[in-house]
Amino acid sequence: MDTSPYGWWFPPNISMHGAGIDRIIDVVHWFMAVLFVGWGIFFVYCLIKFRARPGHQASYQLPKAKISKVAEVGVLVFEVFLLVGLSMPVWSKYRNDPPKAEENPMEIRVVAEQFAWNFHYPGADGKFGRTHPRFMAADNLIGLDRSDPLAADDIALNNKFYMPKDRPIVLRLTSKDVIHSIWIPVMRVKQDVIPGMEIPVWFTATQTGHYQIGCAQLCGNNHFTMISDLFVQEPEEFRQWQLEQKSSGGEEEEEEDA
Amino acid sequence: MSHDDHHHGHSHGSAHAHGDHHHELGFWQKYVFSVDHKVIGIQYAVTALVFLFFGFTLMMLMRYQLAYPKGTFPSFFAKIFGAANMPGGTMLPEFYNQLGAMHGTIMVFLGVVPLAVGGFGNFVLPLQIGAPDMAFPRLNMASYWVFFVGGVVMLFSFFVTGGAAQSGWTSYPPLSNIAPFGQTLWLIGMVFLITSSLLGSVNFIVTTVQLRAEGLSFFRLPFFVWAQFVTAFLLLLAFPPLEAAGVLQLMDRVAGTSFFMPEGLVVGNRMVEVAGEGNPLLWQHLFWFLAHPEVYVLILPAMGIVGEVIAINTRKPLWGYRLVVYSVIFLGFMSFIVWAHHMFMTGMGTTMSAFFQTTTMIISIPSVIILTAFVISLFGASIRYTVPMMFALAFLPMFAIGGLTGLPLGLTAADIHLHDTYYVIGHFHYVVAPGTLMGLFAGVYHWFPKATGRKMNDMLGKLHFWGTLIFLNGAFLPMFWIGMAGVSRRLYDQTKYFHGDAVQDLTVLSSWSVWLLGIAQIPFIINFFASMRVGKKVSDNPWAATTLEWAAPSPPPHGNFAVVPVVYRGPYEYSVPGAASDFSPQFVAKA
Amino acid sequence: MSAEIKYITEPHPITGVSNAKLGIWLFLASEVMLFGALFSTYILLRVGSNHWPHGWEELNVPLATINTVVLIASSVTMVMAWASVKLNQFGKFRMYLGLTVLLALTFLVIKFFEYRPKFDHHQVWLHDGTSMRGHLTEDDDEQDYILFTRDADKEHPDVHHEAEKIERERIFRHSSFGPGHSNFFGTYFTMTGLHGLHIIGGVIVNTWLLFPGAVMFRTNRERFAGRIECAGLYWHFVDLVWIFLFPSLYLL
Repeated sequence: MDTSPYGWWFPPNISMHGAGIDRIIDVVHWFMAVLFVGWGIFFVYCLIKFRARPGHQASYQLPKAKISKVAEVGVLVFEVFLLVGLSMPVWSKYRNDPPKAEENPMEIRVVAEQFAWNFHYPGADGKFGRTHPRFMAADNLIGLDRSDPLAADDIALNNKFYMPKDRPIVLRLTSKDVIHSIWIPVMRVKQDVIPGMEIPVWFTATQTGHYQIGCAQLCGNNHFTMISDLFVQEPEEFRQWQLEQKSSGGEEEEEEDA
Repeated sequence: MSHDDHHHGHSHGSAHAHGDHHHELGFWQKYVFSVDHKVIGIQYAVTALVFLFFGFTLMMLMRYQLAYPKGTFPSFFAKIFGAANMPGGTMLPEFYNQLGAMHGTIMVFLGVVPLAVGGFGNFVLPLQIGAPDMAFPRLNMASYWVFFVGGVVMLFSFFVTGGAAQSGWTSYPPLSNIAPFGQTLWLIGMVFLITSSLLGSVNFIVTTVQLRAEGLSFFRLPFFVWAQFVTAFLLLLAFPPLEAAGVLQLMDRVAGTSFFMPEGLVVGNRMVEVAGEGNPLLWQHLFWFLAHPEVYVLILPAMGIVGEVIAINTRKPLWGYRLVVYSVIFLGFMSFIVWAHHMFMTGMGTTMSAFFQTTTMIISIPSVIILTAFVISLFGASIRYTVPMMFALAFLPMFAIGGLTGLPLGLTAADIHLHDTYYVIGHFHYVVAPGTLMGLFAGVYHWFPKATGRKMNDMLGKLHFWGTLIFLNGAFLPMFWIGMAGVSRRLYDQTKYFHGDAVQDLTVLSSWSVWLLGIAQIPFIINFFASMRVGKKVSDNPWAATTLEWAAPSPPPHGNFAVVPVVYRGPYEYSVPGAASDFSPQFVAKA
Repeated sequence: MSAEIKYITEPHPITGVSNAKLGIWLFLASEVMLFGALFSTYILLRVGSNHWPHGWEELNVPLATINTVVLIASSVTMVMAWASVKLNQFGKFRMYLGLTVLLALTFLVIKFFEYRPKFDHHQVWLHDGTSMRGHLTEDDDEQDYILFTRDADKEHPDVHHEAEKIERERIFRHSSFGPGHSNFFGTYFTMTGLHGLHIIGGVIVNTWLLFPGAVMFRTNRERFAGRIECAGLYWHFVDLVWIFLFPSLYLL
């Protein structure tokens, strides 16, 4: 890619909620810059003005620093604003406000392992087949119970994730072995994946394209290779893709190369 | 060895220790198994400096891998590390992870804390309060040697099958539970280091409470003593939960328990045969319950040093002394209830996250107050630009950057993007590397004359200062941009990511700065050793300072003071109107 | 040359304690944090567990009750030892401190007999989700089965089972009732084990005070009383930990 959208600041944002996160980061950094520059000017001024030199004496009197109290109260007030005005609402939406049924969310189970992301789509019936750790094997990475009729049309993908844009996605995160952390930079989604727990995250994409899903938590030797491709497609394109999938009861990897 | 040195810290004073000083001590008793707080302090400091340098070399190796992930190491390194770690000059990911985990462990537990608390605390604190020694001298010696054994265990772990610990310095299970044998040694080493800290902190608190000189009330204590005092409480109360966690993880690894292992784990497509029902997050809670106060253990002693050096070199009292002391105490308390802000991404609910981000914002206030007080202290001063003062002044903006960049990380919403990225690395390194290390270097230059009777060379000192300042920033400033781009920490090769490849140039810049930072330490090493022999001889009070350590001879003999000091005034009485000189020492009746 | 370290024997005029006493209190504060963390772990794991047994179903309550009495008695003799030093009665001091050490050793011996059978008794979990308790009669790595003798049923305690063959492929895992059996036994062994280590530490200190350390009884009795007091504070703390462990692990 010649004109890479990735640079020295944020990666591109293609999620509905990401703008709120970017805004709070921007606001905090402006606040930090103001504090640091103001503070720095005073600091440098003192360093020059009050250097030791012949004829200059330190004064025993302590300055009555009203300005410091003003500054401290100012910092406090602004921090309250950051917390209550910006951070908590965004977080509450991110964690506590799953998509409603009428928004037609699409649920996908994620099974993380050393060092890959497995995605378990429920298939046409919209229902997940039963899984159990006992069935996990090299040809059944998500441990699908193939005797379960619901599993017949399930799709399992390894390090590839297809999703439609403009439709809420709910990922149900689980891990087989150690703690991983799903990290989709362009979606502003990050969530630890903890064995023994199932944790949901949700997001909606606003643009199509080829992106990446990574692991943000050290998970072993090849942690750095734990990257899945992420394809955001037009809804129609996605439906097409779904139809092309062989409904073979969780055969580990479908060949969808065109 | 008497029962004083026994692991559960039964100590009953030191009558024998002081029976000894009438006759000449042998080499071993004088320099190796010494009970003199100054010798122990120097032992701690030198050992810690060696560990700091060693931990730093681990990072220099890692930076090569990060800068040139597709290249190979020069054959010299391939030969040293052998086929097990670097076959054909390519660093193996497992070796990279060992270097990472051990860099963190060594810097925190074997470098900074032993230097800040074991080194400066031991050497300076009894002198500053006018005590002949620590309250329990033999316990003090035991503390050093237990620390030493812990360090040896940690180093030894590099040579066992599978190498050293490699699950990060945080050792999150289940990964650490299934890691090679080095992790067991890491846990054993940690138990030694924790025990050493406990022995030390009991000693510091008792010494400060019981052995202050006549007239030295709590609000006449130098700020450094306050900082050490609060630090000792943090060590005393925060470390035991990590010890408990360490024991639990040790049980998981050697006795087959599953405290941190849930049921149904499948590693490499094989079910793990454990009972299950454990909780991986339990470890994180116990770990961060220590490790957040630990951050203040790293920073408070450095703040203490900076406060001392600033007061002395501005030739005026520290602004807002009481306010600063209250802030430090408040910091100490608050540091126990912010730990879960390290765990925002574990699936925490809104209430929990609201609580912990609020406490996190609150804890930033006392830090702001301390920093502000130090800067206002410069107003109306007469600043002497000595080498320690330059380091102390540099601490202020460095710590400011470290502190400010903590803000977005403390806000859960911003943390979604920044958590576990290089932004975090930049943030805490600004606190502990450009921040704490600047303070600690200031301390080395400042108290070197007291320890040796000689001053360190100014020229080399300034060279060291500018090199360190420039390259520390060169190393850590780019990390904020790298993190903002979304690059996760602990990646062996970030170029596999689109966003990582885009900021690879910054990573190369950071790596080169790290190597040049290494070179910038050469003047310090030369200065440190050469000045012991050929440094300029100085008087007992070369900085014209007011606190009690400058009343003792340089270097102070065993027992410290020729005359038992009595304290007449507060710690920072500089430029008092009408006084004979521009400093009125605490220990002089009429100045 | 210079001043001695002050307040080794006499109390500090403001704090009212000697150095050692303040030190031991601080040490105990850190011990509270250590055991506090373990108790929190116990609560958290128990609350999160689906099948945590009642302590009395799995553990030997009578032995633990005897141990509770033994430990409380040792605390009493510890106090008597201290009082004897204060009253300048060397013989009585020796007797009481000796008794304390003996009682502590008794505690450890009983503990050993409590631990021991747990390691002979096994449980086998099969892939079909069932499990059975009994004794491993034969576990030869060369064979693809183990020989297992089930315990008698609760309803028919006199009907003994014959050893039976269980194929290894049917077994998910098998374990003695040691720490690896379940989190219940994990916490039980970890907490009582750590407490046991504290008992051993106390035995070492008290034994030292009983023999070589007792020289100070004659040279500096006040200071020696201070030492016994500190050892006593520690010993009462260890006793107190057991007072919490006993109901939490055995009775709940």
